[in-house]
Amino acid sequence: MESFITILQLFDSTIRLSAPLLLACLAGLYSERAGIFDIGLEGKMLAGAFAAGAVATWYGSAGLGLLAAIAVSVALGLVHGFASITHRGNQIVSGVAINFIAAGTTVILGQAWFHQGGRTPSLPNTARFNAINLPGAETLREIPIIGPIYFELISGHSILVYLAFLLVPLTWWVLYRTRFGLRLRAVGENPAAVDTAGISVPWLRYRAVICCGILCGVAGAYLATAQGAGFVKDMTAGKGYIALAALIFAKWRPVQAMYACLLFGFLDALGIRLQGQTLPLIGEVPVQLMQALPYILTIILLAGFIGKAIPPKAGGVAYVKER
Amino acid sequence: MSQPFAKLPAWADYGLLPLINLIVAFFVAGLVVLLVGESPIEAAVLMVKGAFGTGDGVGYTLYYATNFIFTGLCVAVAFHCGLFNIGGEGQAYIGGLGVAFVGLGLGDTLPWWIVFPLAIVASGIAGALWALIPAWLQARRGSHVVITTIMFNFIAASIMVYIVVQILKPMNIQSPETRVFGEGGQLPSLGWLLNAVGLNMRSAPLNLSFLVSLIAAFLVWVLIWRTKLGYEIRTMGFSPKAARYAGISEMRIIIIAMMISGALAGMMALNPIMGAQHRLQLDFVAGAGFVGIAVALMGRSHPVGIVLAAILFGMLYQGGAEIAFDMPNISRDMIVIIQGLVILFAGALEHMFRPTLQRIFHGFSLKKDQTAPVIAGGGQ
Repeated sequence: MESFITILQLFDSTIRLSAPLLLACLAGLYSERAGIFDIGLEGKMLAGAFAAGAVATWYGSAGLGLLAAIAVSVALGLVHGFASITHRGNQIVSGVAINFIAAGTTVILGQAWFHQGGRTPSLPNTARFNAINLPGAETLREIPIIGPIYFELISGHSILVYLAFLLVPLTWWVLYRTRFGLRLRAVGENPAAVDTAGISVPWLRYRAVICCGILCGVAGAYLATAQGAGFVKDMTAGKGYIALAALIFAKWRPVQAMYACLLFGFLDALGIRLQGQTLPLIGEVPVQLMQALPYILTIILLAGFIGKAIPPKAGGVAYVKER
Repeated sequence: MSQPFAKLPAWADYGLLPLINLIVAFFVAGLVVLLVGESPIEAAVLMVKGAFGTGDGVGYTLYYATNFIFTGLCVAVAFHCGLFNIGGEGQAYIGGLGVAFVGLGLGDTLPWWIVFPLAIVASGIAGALWALIPAWLQARRGSHVVITTIMFNFIAASIMVYIVVQILKPMNIQSPETRVFGEGGQLPSLGWLLNAVGLNMRSAPLNLSFLVSLIAAFLVWVLIWRTKLGYEIRTMGFSPKAARYAGISEMRIIIIAMMISGALAGMMALNPIMGAQHRLQLDFVAGAGFVGIAVALMGRSHPVGIVLAAILFGMLYQGGAEIAFDMPNISRDMIVIIQGLVILFAGALEHMFRPTLQRIFHGFSLKKDQTAPVIAGGGQ
């Protein structure tokens, strides 16, 4: 029973740690499926987290913080769109630029506005997204096996976690069952065909970039106002890149993206759990190995040992109308 | 109908356009300074004073510039091959391992002028090897070098933490670093050079690797524009199809270009490790690999442009540190913003002002000669 609860807690923190990855990963999915590579997930998340932390501090409302996070993240997404869609600039260069701008601006503004070395003041619970106890969690708790699973694992997360996982079927539906989704995928594979059909390639791609911005903003707000209590300097700490790795791992598909994010979240949770502990037979596992594992797995995937990851065909290429 | 990017005069293409982009980037950075309640002009004056006002200021500026010349060249060589190497950070990290092994192993017994060449080779090889796997994956499996080099940055960081903390760190030191190298692992200062031109450098860590970086810049110029290999690299960058048609082995060129790029990034480690701290400290790269992207874009991947851009960024780094004393709201993170804006305007938005500029030049040429054929400008 003791170890059963431990495993449940491990899975519980897995869910909590994969939620931001999943949001960012789905964000990248919208953008990259439309043919706009986005290295700037990290920066948009970071800027969103800062906006959420700052606005929640000023107005004491997590909801307003979320809106601010989305607004800032979408604005950065539009900069990316302006550079890579309107001006046909290099998408990767633009994404890198956004990451730097976000990393620098959040610290400078945070220091100027709050004077706490780049962090925002600690938020009270009223200004955060708190854990929601699902109905009957307490009463069902005593039932063996199912009770603890329901109580520990499924109940007791913030609304944004549920949102993240609900977005998986929603994204699948949008992508594969709606006209917008069909066009989105088409514009990432063969923009000329979409153009011939009389649909605006730039407008479609702009909408994809906006979707990406919204989700990155939610991911940022989750970090600052649900998982944490306020913004901390460089709080994304590479999560945007792990989300990118998960996206490749999932071969740009929504349901698989969830599995990939859960896997990477699990590695993270396991790494935290195993810190300083010795395992039988293996000995102490270095923390660094656990931290590097998502990247190593992605490299192995890219090397072609776990299937082949083929990106959207028109990804990274600006569309030039025929002359 | 979209406009083609027609040709501008060379001086406008290589001088005017980057200058306009740079001015816009600094203008936006100035807005951020205003936003935190300081005067951008005052900040600029303080920055230039801090960077060039004293002998030590110049020493520090050139010391930082050394790092950025190496990493800028690293990004540029890959650019010429049509590859975007974001992995300079990781390659420099691993390059530091090469320097540390030579410095720790031989620094106690041999003089610096024997240790230094060995350290150059070791850092280059270490950096090149770290670039080899992404290069191979790109050449052989077609997996995008941008993604793999990002992953390799993180893997390098993890490996370095493990190696430094678990293996290289002496028991009696708390911070994650190696022991101080022996005499032979320490490079001579270049203070005499600055003193010779009338500047008084006392404590700045400017050292011999600055000259090495200039030599590297020259050698890159020779390589890219004066050798067969450089021609093949540029051909691959312009048009992989043409390169294939000309019988150039795609795999070979990609791997060679990436390894040269990685070696240049690795050599960056010489400057902070052997030149300044005389030991391997965990965060010695400090983002220089990423600054290299901005430097290469601003310098238009030409060694001369890179050296100038690197000095500009060295000025920003040194001046930025000085500003923080007078304007507590502005820390060194301001540089990160400027770096991002330069990458945005000189890189991703480099074509933004081009159509306007073309229209202006087109107008001029029409006035001069009404019968001249229409070359520039679009709208056909």
